Amino acid sequence: MTLLSIKNLKKYYFCGLFNKKEIRAVDGVDLEIKSGRTLGLVGNSGCGKTTVAKIILRLIEPTDGRIIFKEKDITKLRGRELKNLGQEMQIIFQNPETSLNPRMKIYDAILEPLRIHKLCSTDKEYEKILKLIEIVNLNQELLFRYPHELSGGQLQRVVIARILSLNPKFIVADEVTSMLDPLVQAQILNLMKDLQEKLGISYLFISHDMDVVEWMSDEIAVMDEGKIVDWK
Amino acid sequence: MKILNNEINILKEAGNNRMAAIGGAIVIMLTLIAILASLLSPHDPFEQKLENRLLNPCFEYPFGTDDLGRCIFSRLIFGTRYSLAIGVTVVGITALVGTSLGIVSGYSRGIIDEIIMRIVDIVLAFPGIILALVIAGILGPSFLNVVIALSLTHWPAYTRLVRGLTLTLREMDFIEGAKALRASNIYIMRRHILPNCINPIIVLATLDIAHAIIFATALSFLGLGIQPPTPEWGSMLKAGIPYFRISPHLTFFPGTAIMVTVLAFNFLGDGLRDMIDPKINENILVSE
Repeated sequence: MTLLSIKNLKKYYFCGLFNKKEIRAVDGVDLEIKSGRTLGLVGNSGCGKTTVAKIILRLIEPTDGRIIFKEKDITKLRGRELKNLGQEMQIIFQNPETSLNPRMKIYDAILEPLRIHKLCSTDKEYEKILKLIEIVNLNQELLFRYPHELSGGQLQRVVIARILSLNPKFIVADEVTSMLDPLVQAQILNLMKDLQEKLGISYLFISHDMDVVEWMSDEIAVMDEGKIVDWK
Repeated sequence: MKILNNEINILKEAGNNRMAAIGGAIVIMLTLIAILASLLSPHDPFEQKLENRLLNPCFEYPFGTDDLGRCIFSRLIFGTRYSLAIGVTVVGITALVGTSLGIVSGYSRGIIDEIIMRIVDIVLAFPGIILALVIAGILGPSFLNVVIALSLTHWPAYTRLVRGLTLTLREMDFIEGAKALRASNIYIMRRHILPNCINPIIVLATLDIAHAIIFATALSFLGLGIQPPTPEWGSMLKAGIPYFRISPHLTFFPGTAIMVTVLAFNFLGDGLRDMIDPKINENILVSE
């Protein structure tokens, strides 16, 4: 079953004198992601992978095209509905060290999504957080530290834990492993696969590391200069 | 509390920096003097004893007396209250207003940013003291009007500082992440951007207290600030000018008081900046 499909997605940037110069960051991309499966998206840096991801999450407005999530057009979603969308699709960033507010303790960072969406009463927070860190296999001692006191791998687990608190159906993983060393990479990827099996999450897995993508993905799309040039 | 913890660490570090420690100690001392003024002063600062006018420093009057026979020592002690009150009030108001505008400006960009920054440019186009003089001149001399005049001239510094920090912060992943969580803009500004701007704001505020005190005493000295008989350092300085040749202590002691206070805040601010500034960027990333 198709969970998310994007149709003819375009993002043009205009720059130069009188906005005459047109840069086609994304130029007519179609993708389809099935429920509980992983779509790998590979390509050189600057080919528009991350832009596609941010458009899907509605962090950037597309110039043209449609995003259909759960058979519903979310391209023009606003207000309350857009806020609820945040519970269903989430993103994990490349650099775990900048993905968390340096002034926020891990405990608060993990609970932040729940607090924003008012999904958990204050007295149940501790219970909930223990469950979450158990899923991602994180030590309880780390909860009351600041992000800079944790390693990259630990931080990426924290990021995953805070996203899982919302029970998303779809996660964009934007080069999640490129800043980690190989051993930790394998751990994080295994964790992501486990979660997929247990919770039926779909991933859009963005990377430029072909080996990793092949291992993670059910299907692979190759992007170049804003277009999908190949399918595997 | 989270933020406070960090600031306590910085204060501990401040202990290692000698200049900052001296500055900090003087600031604490001045604060105590201001609070305990009525206990510390040997005489009533308003009491005139004309038979004792223009006395040189002696045992009964440690800093001598002025042209109306008032104890300069007591007046200086009470003057601490006005200087510190003006410095703290002005910095409190300007830091609050300037920071809010800076965060909104840097975060929203576009037309709002454009409007706020043009207003900042207009205020900065005038030399601060002249603008303050004009405003104080129009409003008339009083404590409140000095605070208004100084606040209106001092806020742009915070707006520019905070706007710059916000512009770098807003591109960082954790802000994108918060947006993906669909946090409201106000939430992001309050919980994510503000806490990461606080260290440089504290440095600027400390240095700004010194600046505000100098401006306030300058306004009083020119007759546009706090009026006699209120024992304010600037107006005491002004009152001493006619007697400069026969009784220099009338101007020497208020002048020294202003200098020491301003230097103390400057030392403290510079010390704090040395601790924070060289790694402002790491400070955003690694808050310690």
